[in-house]
Amino acid sequence: MKATFRQSMAWLHAWSGLVVGWVLFAVFLTGTLSYYRTEISQWMRPELHAGHAVDVPIAAERAVDALHERAPDARAWFMTLPTAETPATRIVWRTGPGAPFSVVLLDPATGTALTARDTRGGDFLYRFHYELHLPLLWGRWIVGGCAMVMLIALLSGIVTHRRIFVDLFTFRPKKAPQRAWLDAHNVTGVLALPFHLMITYTGLVTLMLLYMPWGVDAAYRGDRERYFQDRGQTIAARPPAHAPGTLAPLGPMIREAMRLTGSEATFIAIHNPRDARSTVVVTMDEPEGLAHLHPAVGFDGVTGSSLGTTMPASAATTVHGTLVGLHEAHFAPWPLRVLFFLSGLMGCAMVATGLVLWTVARLPKPNSAARMPLGHRLVHALNIGTVAGLPIAVACYFLANRLLPAEMPVRPEAEVQAFFAGWLLTVLLALFLAPARAWTVALTTAAAGFLAVPIVGGVTTDRHYLASLREGDTVFLAFDTVSFCVAVGFGFAAYALTSRRAAPQRLRKNALRVGIGSRSSI
Amino acid sequence: MAANLAVTTHIRLAVTARIALAVFGGYGLAGLFTAALALALPMGRADAASTATLLSFAVYAAAVLWTFGARRFAIAALGLLLPAVVLGGLVWTLHGGAG
Repeated sequence: MKATFRQSMAWLHAWSGLVVGWVLFAVFLTGTLSYYRTEISQWMRPELHAGHAVDVPIAAERAVDALHERAPDARAWFMTLPTAETPATRIVWRTGPGAPFSVVLLDPATGTALTARDTRGGDFLYRFHYELHLPLLWGRWIVGGCAMVMLIALLSGIVTHRRIFVDLFTFRPKKAPQRAWLDAHNVTGVLALPFHLMITYTGLVTLMLLYMPWGVDAAYRGDRERYFQDRGQTIAARPPAHAPGTLAPLGPMIREAMRLTGSEATFIAIHNPRDARSTVVVTMDEPEGLAHLHPAVGFDGVTGSSLGTTMPASAATTVHGTLVGLHEAHFAPWPLRVLFFLSGLMGCAMVATGLVLWTVARLPKPNSAARMPLGHRLVHALNIGTVAGLPIAVACYFLANRLLPAEMPVRPEAEVQAFFAGWLLTVLLALFLAPARAWTVALTTAAAGFLAVPIVGGVTTDRHYLASLREGDTVFLAFDTVSFCVAVGFGFAAYALTSRRAAPQRLRKNALRVGIGSRSSI
Repeated sequence: MAANLAVTTHIRLAVTARIALAVFGGYGLAGLFTAALALALPMGRADAASTATLLSFAVYAAAVLWTFGARRFAIAALGLLLPAVVLGGLVWTLHGGAG
């Protein structure tokens, strides 16, 4: 392409990064928040108080009663069992293939529907980070494509930096803006480089059979079911007998599964629940270790006798499970999880500074009459709409959770609409205001939004900061504190931007002194 | 002016060709590599398929870097085509031989 390999890679890095940067920022931000998916869900259901002891076998029996009543004709019932942190049994069913899933949260002790507000909680952010809220598999393909480009951008970025080690210790905020942005991009990129490479590759691995089915298809001649059977990590449902049958009590099955695997039961699937050949699959919590492999035990639903457990994972399956486990970080105790979270934020910062750098390197010359080309203007608007717009969208999502009436119909959808409304409004704002002004307004809005989250959360519920402090409620304390810190961060960014704009002449002149823009001038 | 325009068009075409080669050629090569390795690795069928698929994205990335790094388009294309032919032959032999 270019004269040298390094120049080709620099060109590739600048352009591939720009093309996917906006999607990647969204994926990184919502993915990073997903490390605290459970905690976010807890905050978004303030009616549920954690810390109560739960009796799992009783909760399962109450859930079966509720499913008998609500979904007698469903072909399969699913339940997520309660834990001390999330004292609710979640039952899920659907009436036919392709029909939407129905979800109800139950009180573990009584089996009655919980009065907690209806919300998708942290699950929306988690699903968004690989599906982008798009129908079918569009989101998964787009995110996969962007992840692949991210891998290329990382690798070509490494080639581009001949001084990768020195760059790690270089930050010159007082220098020309372009130099400072480049330093910030390098520091956030290089400091967490192992994390970035790991998270990108393992992200591709989590959906690898969607993206790269050709190995399995060649070895199994298209019979993917057989591949999953051979891996021995799932227990297949038996075909129905098409004769009525009565489901045996789940309690003994759960206890037997815990005895066989030495792990806690977390999820139960009941296939053909009212058939004479029903299958109950009890899935257990991950055992200690990195790998994301849940042991499971199958039972004959009518007799309650065991149909077998998942097999010990082979070497290749363990490697696969470990890569997925590294991505999800379920194994991480809280200090390590904080580190994953911070690395994820550094990924957001790397993408954001890269996007800003692209525009800073292409600012028009100070004394030329040339105006900013339409394309550059659009990049500016999309940068603001993404880098500030997505945090604003997240703040809107949290605020909608507290402000929408608890009894409102289709409440979860309304919360999601608030997310997209916040995002869309920021993009529109960025299109109509001059770039520098739009940045200030958007960053201030983000700061106000995250400042409002703990305040509105405290005013509309009885779980305000002081109450959390009194009860030692770490989840609510941490959520409100982090939200406040994020607000301060955005406020500082907005302030720094306004004070810099006070001397625009000097800024522009300095921006030109560096010649990096020239290498990406194709 | 006209010369300038011609240069721009030429560069655009060259860039588009590279991108197409990297995206589709690279994916094709990675897919063939995955299929060939899944059939050829001397381990259980599921393990071979998993191992091959886990490695596939590294092959794809390497192919893309090669495509953009090569001096000339013909060299870039040849660099993808040659291994693709070898892997394709391997898949055809192993897949056909098994049944």
